[in-house]
Amino acid sequence: MINTELSPALAKVGRKSGLGTKLGRFFKELKRDTFAYLFIAPFLICFMIFIVIPVFMAGTLGFTSYNGFGSLHFIGFDNYLMLFTNDIIFLTKALPNTFLFALIVGPGGYALAFLFAWLIHQLPIRIRDYYTLAFYAPSMAGAVALSVVWIAAFSGDRVGYVNRFLLKFGLIDSPVIWLQNPDYLLKVMILVSLWMSFSVGFLAMLAGLQTVNRELYEAGSIDGVSNRLQQVFYITLPSMKPQLLFSAVMTIVGTLKAGAISTQLTGMPVTPQYAGHLIVNHIDDYAFIRFELGYASSISVMLLLVSYFAMRFAYRLFGSKEEM
Amino acid sequence: MIATFRRRMRKVTPFQIILTVCFTGLAAFMALPLIFILNHAFKPQNELFLFPPRFWVHNPTWHNFEILFLHASNGAVPFTRYLFNSFLVTGITLPSVIIVSTMAAYVLAKYNFHFKGLIMGLITLSLMFAPETVSIPRYLIISGLHINNTYFGHVLPALASPLAVFMLIGFISQIPNELLEAAKIDGASQLGIFMRMVLPLTVPAIATISIFTFQGMWGDVETSTLFMQSETMRTLAFYVNSLVSGLQNSVAGQNMAAAAGLLMFIPNLIIFLLFQRKVLETMVHSGIK
Repeated sequence: MINTELSPALAKVGRKSGLGTKLGRFFKELKRDTFAYLFIAPFLICFMIFIVIPVFMAGTLGFTSYNGFGSLHFIGFDNYLMLFTNDIIFLTKALPNTFLFALIVGPGGYALAFLFAWLIHQLPIRIRDYYTLAFYAPSMAGAVALSVVWIAAFSGDRVGYVNRFLLKFGLIDSPVIWLQNPDYLLKVMILVSLWMSFSVGFLAMLAGLQTVNRELYEAGSIDGVSNRLQQVFYITLPSMKPQLLFSAVMTIVGTLKAGAISTQLTGMPVTPQYAGHLIVNHIDDYAFIRFELGYASSISVMLLLVSYFAMRFAYRLFGSKEEM
Repeated sequence: MIATFRRRMRKVTPFQIILTVCFTGLAAFMALPLIFILNHAFKPQNELFLFPPRFWVHNPTWHNFEILFLHASNGAVPFTRYLFNSFLVTGITLPSVIIVSTMAAYVLAKYNFHFKGLIMGLITLSLMFAPETVSIPRYLIISGLHINNTYFGHVLPALASPLAVFMLIGFISQIPNELLEAAKIDGASQLGIFMRMVLPLTVPAIATISIFTFQGMWGDVETSTLFMQSETMRTLAFYVNSLVSGLQNSVAGQNMAAAAGLLMFIPNLIIFLLFQRKVLETMVHSGIK
């Protein structure tokens, strides 16, 4: 990924030659790299069969009208035209909601994950485990906790924890119906998602902090890197670029693919007045409630494109130049 | 000696003590769901329905678990069969995913060969696709291969874990090339380098992917719902999910659901504690990085 110099022969390609010798060299290189192909084969076969081919099949579904039972009708770009010109709920609710949600939860959750991973790393090694466990607990408990703890906390009557607290301190006059009121739903969703943002990316960062070479800090202190903040910026962050990239990608994917939260909080597949409607809810709506699978596929292709560009941005920030 | 101790204490005091105190409070808050699930499973029926819900259990009871086991033994498939399936499937998948992904990530991170760019591109792209839309094509492929209602149907789709490979590529690329070159010069075979250098050096990453692979497999309902038509081939997660999903608003099975929730959670917790320790330990002792 970063430096692939162990097989230097590829670098010399570039001399002009006939097709025959080119093919010959191609096969020679195939033969030389046999072990590489053998190593990657088990993964690649499963990957192709269970991921790449289904994704392409779903991609082609986007150009059809299909209800899951009857026959496919090829309708070209109609789904996409419909999506960008006629689908008012997508344009006025799903799209802005998703962007707001992703802009806050993405960078916010990412920064929090790094901050806490770093802070945990500062603690004595004997107690790190407990703190890691505590912070990882929300994403381990997942939906169970989400639907019980948070619904109780944000319950709409006087006995909900948040309402009772706010009433007690006189901040509100009457209980707020947090989860059904369109004004608050998205904000509650953002809060809960931030609470749950210590997941895979957080684990990767913790593991990454572990791999930073300790000698670099000593070398740094000789070169005048004195306080902790400077250490983070000049040594820690550059040393764990792959892990930062990984968790950035996971955060982007996670926030753009989020959608279950609104369903779990409100108990409805489509939220009141579409207040917490995200793109994935829109996909679920069309795929599993209306059974317009072709249209749902075209929305998920759009989502894929959006995540792709967000990812390119992440690579620009953390990755090296030659990737993607 | 007392002087050095005092100096160390003074060095610790301002930053670390404040940090530890604030941190402990925050950690306690974050750990709420853990404590909640533990308490919830042991609540007797009347405590489950208090509103506002009471966090701590007052009269703990095993009754919920008894009901869960008795309920399952009335059904067509005994509870132990679901349990066995779950253990077998995760037990096969976890080591296989680790080996398959590390091998793939090793060559992708350290060697140049044809189609490498294409494969990397496909892996990153596949991370982004919303899983909802892929389920129907996947079903078609599984039934086309005739591996529905077999354990292969559980294991094979999970072997393709672009997430694990993507993360491992990052870690393996951090291993210095000189180290691998040196091993090569010393006469180590490709397999030897992989087994004796790459695997031990990526233990933190392997531990991390084990945690989330296990979590994914243990809680996975999709394969059981879509690919397994025979009830005897389905996993515990499916059983628990089918128990809980109908019960969101009903009274009858709440205690079963609470017990099942804990039962699903405990293995996750054990695996996490087991592997998280590995993440924190290894790199401290290896002198290389």
